[in-house]
Formats: sequence, C-alpha cells, structure tokens
Amino acid sequence: MIQGILICSLIFLSFAIFATIYRLVKGPTAPDRVQALDALGINLISGVAIFSVLLRSTGFFEVILLIGILSFIGTIAFARYIERGVVIERNHSD
Amino acid sequence: MKTNDLIFQTVTKTAVFIIIIYSLHLFFSGHYTPGGGFIGGLMTASAIVLLLLAFDIKTVVNSLNIDYIKMTATGLLIALLTGVGSFFFDVPFLTHTFSYVDLPVLGKTSLATAVLFDLGVYLVVIGVTMTIIQTIGETE
Repeated sequence: MIQGILICSLIFLSFAIFATIYRLVKGPTAPDRVQALDALGINLISGVAIFSVLLRSTGFFEVILLIGILSFIGTIAFARYIERGVVIERNHSD
Repeated sequence: MKTNDLIFQTVTKTAVFIIIIYSLHLFFSGHYTPGGGFIGGLMTASAIVLLLLAFDIKTVVNSLNIDYIKMTATGLLIALLTGVGSFFFDVPFLTHTFSYVDLPVLGKTSLATAVLFDLGVYLVVIGVTMTIIQTIGETE
C-alpha cells in the first residue's frame, strides 16, 4: 500500500522533472533556464527523500540538505552573473 | 552603480552559520555515517563562497584573514605527523588506534586517531578550493 503510493509519487515527480527539462531546453532566455535548474534541484530533493523511505535507509539524509545548499548557491551565482556580469565582486564601490 | 543587496546579505548572514555547523556535523560523523573530511571541507568552502558572493572579495579577505596556502600546508603536515606518530609505538607507518574515554558531557566516547588524519584532509580541501576560487576571482 505505502510502497504503491511512494512509487506513484515518484512517477509524478519524474513527470515534473521532465517538464522542467522541457523548460531547460526550450527556455528562450537565460533566467528561464536558471529557474528551471532551481526547480530541478528541488524535485531531486523530494526524489531522494522518497527513495530513502522506499529503501528504508537513513544514509541519504545528508544528500537532501547538500542538494538544497548547493542548488541555492548555484542559483545565486547564476543570478549575479546575469545581473552584474561578474560572479565575485572585487570591491563594492566600483 | 549603487546596488541594494539587503535581502541577500541578511539571508547570507544566517545561512552561513547553518552551513558551517552542518559541515562540522559531516566532519565529525564521518566515522559511523556518511560524511568525512572531504565533504565537510567542501561544505565549509561553499559557506565561504556564499560570503564571497554576498560581499565583495576585499571585505571577506580582510575579515576572515586566512592564508589558504599556509592552511593547505598545515593540513598536509597534520596528515603526515599522524603517520609519523605510529613510529613511536613500534608499529608500521599510518597505523591508527582508538580507545573509549569517559568525557564529562558526552559520556562514553570512542576517540580515534583517524580523526586527526581527517582534520588534515579537511584543512587541505578548504585550502585548495579557496585558493582556486580566490585566485580566479582576483584576476582581471
């Protein structure tokens, strides 16, 4: 019963991931692609969570927090590059 | 051009501490659960990268005041000295040991000398990653 529900939600999640991949490939501008990558990371987090319930293992809980942090930092780096043209600023005044 | 980074800098000030505590958790839990020196060092480096993204490179370098090349050398020296320490007990190079100690708060804890080797790995990973990123960020 529970296993069926989990597999069903994994299938729906893979539909969501395919939708974000469509936006990633098709997206006319760079911000569309960055936002699609961010959504892809969040979908991957939920996929890993459902897998760790399915496999009855607590070994993947570190991966969940790790993907969250890395997706946050990556999205911010892309956003800074799009807005300012530089990822790490040398000095705030100039 | 004057830019306003108030929301991002406030989020960074709280998130950096959470990421550093998480990296220390990964570092200390590496013996029994997934984690260890490598991934812990990478998470600490990513916390410093988040600081570099939120503030400029001059502010972070002045406030942290760490020479990452010396940090890499210290890590390599610690990893080497844990191997050399095994010579004093007449055992082969890099032999590690552990013992159970009653600590005041934590209770019965197993202290392994492998964590000292892992500390060396942790310092080397932070040092190399931050050297690469800062060198690329500073060049014109």
